This record gives sequence, structure tokens and C-alpha cells, in this order.
Amino acid sequence: MIAAHLPVLQIVVPLIAAPICLLLRRGSLAWGLSLAVSLAVLVIAANLLTQVLESGPISYQLGGWAPPWGIEYRIDVLNSFVLLIVAAIGAVVLAYARRSVAQELPESQQSGFYTALLLCLAGLLGVTVTGDAFNLFVFLEISSLSSYVLISMGRDRRALTAAFQYLVMGTIGATFIVIGIGLLYMATGTLNMADLGARLPAAGASRTVLAAFAFLTVGATLKLALFPLHFWLPNAYAYAPSAVTAFLAATATKVSIYILLRFFYTIFGPAFAAADITLQSLLIPLATVAVLVCSTVAIFQNNVKRMLAYSSIAQIGYMMIGIGFGTATGLTAGIVHLFNHALTKGGLFLVLGCVVLRAGSCRLDDLAGLGRRMPLTMFGFVLGGLSLIGVPLTAGFVSKWYLVQAAIEQGNWLVAAAILAGSLLALIYVWRVVEAAYLRPAPENAPEAAEAPWSMLIPAWILIGASVYFGVETSLSVGVASEAARFLLGGAG
Amino acid sequence: MSGDGAILLAILIPLAGAVPIALAGSRPNLREALTLVTAAALFIVVLTLVPEVAAGDRPRATLIEMLPGLPLAFEVEPLGMLFALIASGLWIVNSIYSIGYMRANKEQNQTRFYVCFALAISSTMGIALAGNMMTLFVFYEALTLSTYPLVTHKGNEDARRGGRTYLGILLSTSIGLQLLAILWTWQVAGTLDFTLGGILDGKVSGPVVGILLLLYMYGIGKAALMPLHRWLPAAMVAPTPVSALLHAVAVVKAGVFTVLKVVIYIFGVDFLHLSGHGQWLAYIAAATILIASLVAMTKDNLKARLAYSTVSQLAYIVLGAALANFWGIMGGSMHLAMHAVGKITLFFCAGAIYTAAHKTEISEMNGLGRVMPFTFGAFMIGALSIVGLPPMGGLWSKWYLAMGALESDQILLVGVLMLSSLLNVAYLMSIPVRGFFGKVTGSPGSAEGAAVVIKEAPLACLIAIGLTASGCIVLFFAPDALVSLLRPLVSP
Repeated sequence: MIAAHLPVLQIVVPLIAAPICLLLRRGSLAWGLSLAVSLAVLVIAANLLTQVLESGPISYQLGGWAPPWGIEYRIDVLNSFVLLIVAAIGAVVLAYARRSVAQELPESQQSGFYTALLLCLAGLLGVTVTGDAFNLFVFLEISSLSSYVLISMGRDRRALTAAFQYLVMGTIGATFIVIGIGLLYMATGTLNMADLGARLPAAGASRTVLAAFAFLTVGATLKLALFPLHFWLPNAYAYAPSAVTAFLAATATKVSIYILLRFFYTIFGPAFAAADITLQSLLIPLATVAVLVCSTVAIFQNNVKRMLAYSSIAQIGYMMIGIGFGTATGLTAGIVHLFNHALTKGGLFLVLGCVVLRAGSCRLDDLAGLGRRMPLTMFGFVLGGLSLIGVPLTAGFVSKWYLVQAAIEQGNWLVAAAILAGSLLALIYVWRVVEAAYLRPAPENAPEAAEAPWSMLIPAWILIGASVYFGVETSLSVGVASEAARFLLGGAG
Repeated sequence: MSGDGAILLAILIPLAGAVPIALAGSRPNLREALTLVTAAALFIVVLTLVPEVAAGDRPRATLIEMLPGLPLAFEVEPLGMLFALIASGLWIVNSIYSIGYMRANKEQNQTRFYVCFALAISSTMGIALAGNMMTLFVFYEALTLSTYPLVTHKGNEDARRGGRTYLGILLSTSIGLQLLAILWTWQVAGTLDFTLGGILDGKVSGPVVGILLLLYMYGIGKAALMPLHRWLPAAMVAPTPVSALLHAVAVVKAGVFTVLKVVIYIFGVDFLHLSGHGQWLAYIAAATILIASLVAMTKDNLKARLAYSTVSQLAYIVLGAALANFWGIMGGSMHLAMHAVGKITLFFCAGAIYTAAHKTEISEMNGLGRVMPFTFGAFMIGALSIVGLPPMGGLWSKWYLAMGALESDQILLVGVLMLSSLLNVAYLMSIPVRGFFGKVTGSPGSAEGAAVVIKEAPLACLIAIGLTASGCIVLFFAPDALVSLLRPLVSP
């Protein structure tokens, strides 16, 4: 009975829990409830993924209204994988959040914080799970609005401008998406994505459809911060509370990439995206430039959080290269990297949260000598950094392996070289931190930093450990990703 | 013990050994005893593999399927067997030496030193026993990373800069070039398994062979082929046992070992020979031999001079691989062992001189041999072996290499080999000569005053030096064992 309603419970549970959190008022109570909810969501997501892998896509009709009239939740290999990522990161970040939030936010804001975080989680899950284009927009707005609130809660006053900047850019992106959806509705008269996919070929490549495609692409790339539409991201990540940065970095951009995949492959179909050559020749150069430019910019950052934010834009570039190729290997690489990078970057931001808790900031100078004072934290950073670089036996290596392979398959040596060059740039920016932490003496007036509390270290190390684990044992990550790639190329249309 | 069990043990013993070594950090005696026990256990395990390999068996083991079709797999073949023997055997000697050196110089962070050392040896075993290029690459990178804390051991500005060069060159060449070559190979050949005769024959032809070879040879930065040799002198900031590890036991040897592996098992000796692309590689190697020797002559710092000597000697092995004939491959492979034993002796002596007399510059070593006769005598033996004179093992590898060059009708290369030997004499033999016969000059306060107090280095250091120096001589009398072990690599 319950099993049949899992798709909707996934959304309803955090959505209902969110206002309750606000009513609880006490920060620790709100935290307890949110953690319980996020764990429940994780269990549901894991269940859904196994169901899908065993018996194929699940269709859930909201309120019993049959699609395309009612809203349909449709779960296949691709989005159940993304669901698992979002839910897992949500659970880990919430387990971590208590101490970090207690330090960074006043007690009066804490229940509001957890409310917003749950709403954001619900929104992201909703975007992923829904099979209805307009419903997708609604959930996207839920997650976006709550993430503006979350970012503005950062200690630094600059968090407010960062949140405002994100609000403006995010709203433009969302507006583009809703315009695109509107145009599609105009051309086909339906909002169900599968139905759209079935009807669009008949509508032909009319100007309306092309305009819709353009609006949707630009809107989604703005949300996922593809170069050069990335300017909102570094500030937002740098000034948000530590837990929020980790959560958003690991989930929000990833879900936006999922949206793009959904638009390209389910709605327009692989043939449409592939026939439109300009798209490929637009996405790949932009993504390659993102890798090179943003990795270089990251090298010159003094705030480590900001550095990792630029690194995120570069890593998104990797994913977009894979997706841009549009081949089975390319898509596999993009989706695997989506998963691997969520783990790695989430883990790294959590580690930085530990640093902020103890050292008071995450400027490079304040990290000097931390390797000795916070050995577990900094070793976590080293491992996560190695995964960013793409050293073998880390998850990052697996992604790069497939990406370069995809590039070589296409005979695109320039891109292959750019991917590897990006690794070397990552080496430089990661190693600046490693050198500071291990080979520079602590400043005289440094606060007495002890190791971070276990309640933060363990969640951080779960993600760091996972990013090593998935570099050795790849049957889940690569297996599901290649399945999803095959599904997108063959099953949709 | 079955072969596959021994393979996994060879990698696990030093890896697992790192844990008790780390835990015994507060008790130096126990910690160092554990290091020695681990090293001895590893050597015994490696020894158990020898009879099987010598009999022509190829023990195999598979750990885990990392990527579809690309498992972490191991296979012991003669070359890897030799490398594993060298590395595990010299780890024992190096540990004995480290105990004396690290204590006498009151180095900081000794526990980290021993732990990273064990990790580096574990990675080296992985390289030696790897069954495919992927596995080798994984352990190659692990070796780079596990030796980084050793190179930056002192933790000062110099160490930071040296470490940056070390890591920068090694990681950027391996990720930028070697990984690309591996992926390319995987793309065209569909396998990365080490196969006698190569996996590229018939899959690629023409200039692509040359480009792939270039990517591999410069991608293997650890082989220090010029102009990518800068990391080696930069890594000289490390304590001497680490330099010995880098130069003789693990890092550079892993580099040239990988070069040989790639030539023998990826390209295939015959395929490379017929393609003719070995030729330019041979010239690059020859140029490296000469230039590095010339640079070595200008260095007054003993460790820097030895570093450039290593660059030059490594190029011998690359040259052997590039000749791609029986004599070249045999000579290159043998040089792996000969140079290891000879160079580790020289580094041990350099460290002993530093420990006992606190001298690093050659020009200050006049007359030092008279107070440290044992050390300078051993230095002489090591130097003779590097030069390639009887009765030292170094003779044989140079002999084979020269034969290889003759067989390819490369008279020019034979000339290079001879000239280089002369240069070796000039820059290596001058050191013991100064030590024994040089007049004590310089400020009376330092040299003469010191001459009274200076005596030989700690006993642990001397034992290690004695062992490796006699190793140089033993190898002269026992080349047959090496030849018969290595013969299956290539048909004469």
C-alpha cells in the first residue's frame, strides 16, 4: 500500500515537515525532525532506485488523474539516480548541520533555517521526480526561493548581496524556463513531458518549438551555472552558511543538469538535439572554456570556499562536455561525474565547514598549520582534493577516464587535452591549500584549534570516503550511469 | 605458498605494516624494529615467488574490477620479479641505514617518515607486480603521492619549493601525457594487459606509433628523461635515506621500469624495432646521458652531483629500451639492478659524510677519506660500479648496452657510452681521490679543528654501506643468474 505511494511520499514528507519545523521554534528540535525526515527520504529514494532497476520505470498519477490531464510523477533510471544523490546528500548534510548551524546562526533563526532547508530539499526532489513540465517549474521555484533565503542567512553581510544577485539571476533563469514551457504548450497543447515528447515530432521544427528550445536551454544553463552564466555562483557559495554551501553545491546545480537532460532527451528527443548541430558546437566550447578559465580563476582565490566554488563551475564544465558530446560514453561520463562530483564537492565543503568552526574563517592564511592541529579534517581535504584532481582510486579519476575516452572516440583531441589540463590546474589550486595546511607554520595569534567534533567529522568523512570508494568500486556509479545514458539515447523519443 | 597469495601479501605487508609502525610512534625502538620485521617479511614473501617465475610460471592475482574490463590485476614476470627483489631487498638495508641516520641527525617527524616509507614500498610492489597498464598507473600515482611527505620532510621553504617541483612535474606528466597515452592505447587495442610481444602490433602504424611513444616516454616523468628531469635535483632537499629511496630503490627505478614494461609489453620489442621509432628516443637518451654528466661535473654539492649522475644513468636504461633488441633490453634491465646497488651505496656514503662531518660540498671534503676510510672506500666501490669497471657489477650492464648499440650499427651511440664512462670517472672518482689524497685547506678553524673530532658515521649506517658495497662486487660474479632470469623477456 505504502510502497505504491513512495513517489509522492518522497515530496510530501519533507513538504509537510517544513512548516512543523517552523512551529517547533527550538533549533535542536527542528534539527531532529529534519534529520528524521531526510533519513526517511533517503530510504524512500533507495527503495525507488531498486524498484526501477528491477522492474523498469514507475508512473504515479497524482490524485488518480490519468496523464496527460493530471500530474504524473514518472521515475526512471536517470531520475531515480539523481533522487538518490539528492536524498543522500540531504541526509548527510542535515546530520552534519547541528553544530555548524548552532555556531553560525542565532538561535532565533535556526528553526527557520531547517524549514528552508527542508523546503529546498522537497523542491529539488520534486523537480527530479515529476513528469510534468509545469510542475517542474513550480518545484524549481520552491527550491530556488528557499535557497535564496538559506544563502542570505550567512554570517557575512555580503551574503545578502550574494543572495540578491542569485535571486535576480535565478529568477531570470526560471522565467526563461517558464516561457519555454509556455511556448511548448502553445505548440502541442500538453504539459506532460512524455506526451510532449510524443507530440513534438508532429509539430515539427517550427519557430515556436525552436524558440522554446532556446529559452529552455538558456534557462537551464543559467540555473546550472554554465560559463558564462555563472556569475551568481561564487558569491552565493562563498557567503552562505557552511552546511548550505555543501548542500547546494552537491545538489542544486546537479538537479539543474538533470533538468537540461530531461528537456533535451525526453521532450525534444536525442534526434532533435543532435540534428541541431549548433547546440553541440555551442555547449562543448563553452564547457571547455569553463573548465580552463574557472580552474585558472580558482587558483587565484584566497578564500578557499570561493576557490571551491570556481572549481565547481569548472567541474560543471566537465559534465557539460560529456553531455555535449551526446554519445553513450559522453552521457555516461557526464552522469557519472554528476554523481562523483556531488560526493566530492559536498565532502569538501563539509570539511571546510569544520575548518570554519574551529579556525573561524577559511581564508588561505588562516589555514596555515592546520594539518597538525586538525589532522582528520585536513586529511579529508587532501583526499577530496585528490578526487577533484582525478588521481586514480578516487571517484574523480573514473569520471575523467570516461570523459577523455568520450573525447577520443569523437577524435576531439583538443577537448581531451583541455580535460587533462583542467586536472593539472586543479592540482595547483588544491595544492595551495595542502601546502598552507601542512608546510606553513601556524600564525602566532592563531586561535587554539582542536579537531572538529565527531558529529561533523563523521558526515564529512562519509562523503569523502564515498568519493574514494566510488573510485575503486564503480559498479553502482558507472553501472547506473551507463544504463541511464542508454535509456536516454534509446528509450526516449 | 601459492603465487597469487604471495602477490597480494607483497602489497599488503608494507601497507598493513604502516599501521603498527604509526601506532608505535612514541617508542622509537619498537617502531624501528617493526619496520625491520616488516621489511624482512616482505623480502621473504618476494623470495618465495622467485622459483616459480624462474621456472617459467607467471603467478597471477586479481583484486577488484575497477572499471568494466579493467581490473586491478597482478602478474609476476621476470622484469617485475627483478624489480620487486631489488626494492624489497634494499628496503631492509635502507631501514638499517635510516635508523642510524635519522637518529644521529635528530630529524623531526620520524614516525611519519617510516610510515610513508612503508606506503611507498607498498606502491612500488604494486608497480613491480602489476598485470596491466591501468594497475601500474594506479600504483605509479600512489608512489608519487606517498613520497611527497618524504620529500618535504624538513617542512621549510626549500622543502616546499622542492616538493612543488617534484609533485608538479611528476603528476602533470603522468596525468597530462601518460594517462592520455593509456586511454589512447585502450581505445585502439581494447586491452591494457601486459602481453609479451605487445598489444599495439597491427592496431596502429606510421607516425601514430611515434606520438604514442613520445606520450609514454615523457609521460613517465619518473624516468627523468631530459628536459623533464628537474624534479630529481629538486627532490634533493629530502633527508638522505629518502634520496636513496628516490634514486635507487623506488621512484626513479619505477620510472625506468615502466619504460621497459611499456616497450616490452605494450609496444613489443619487435614491433618497436620494425617501426624504427626507437631511433629518435635513443638519441634523446644519448643526449640526456651526456648533458646530465656534464652538468654533474659542475656541481659542487655532493647530493646534487649524484642527482645528475642518476639522470644520466637512467637514460642508459631508456637507451637500452629504445634500441629494442636483445642486448639493449637485457642491458637496460640489468642496469636496473646494477645502478640500484651502486647508487644507493653512493647516497649512503653522502649521508654518512653529512652525519659524521656535516659536509655537503665536495670542495670541503679534502682529506676526509683519511678519517673516514670505510665510507670513502665504499664510495670508491660504488663509483667504480657506476662507471662500469671490473670487478663491479656495473660492468655487465654497460657491456650489454654497448653490444646492443653495435648490433643496431649505431657507432655513434657506442661512442656516447664510452665518453660518458670517462665523464663518470671524472666526476665520481675525483671525490674519493680528494678524500684520500687531497690537502686539507680552507679555514683552519673548520677543517683542521674538525679533523680531530670527525670519526666514522654511526654503526647502523656503516653496516648498510658495507652490505650494498659488497653487493656491487657480488653482482660482478653473478651475472648469469640475472641473465637466465631475464632471458624470457626477449628473443636473441
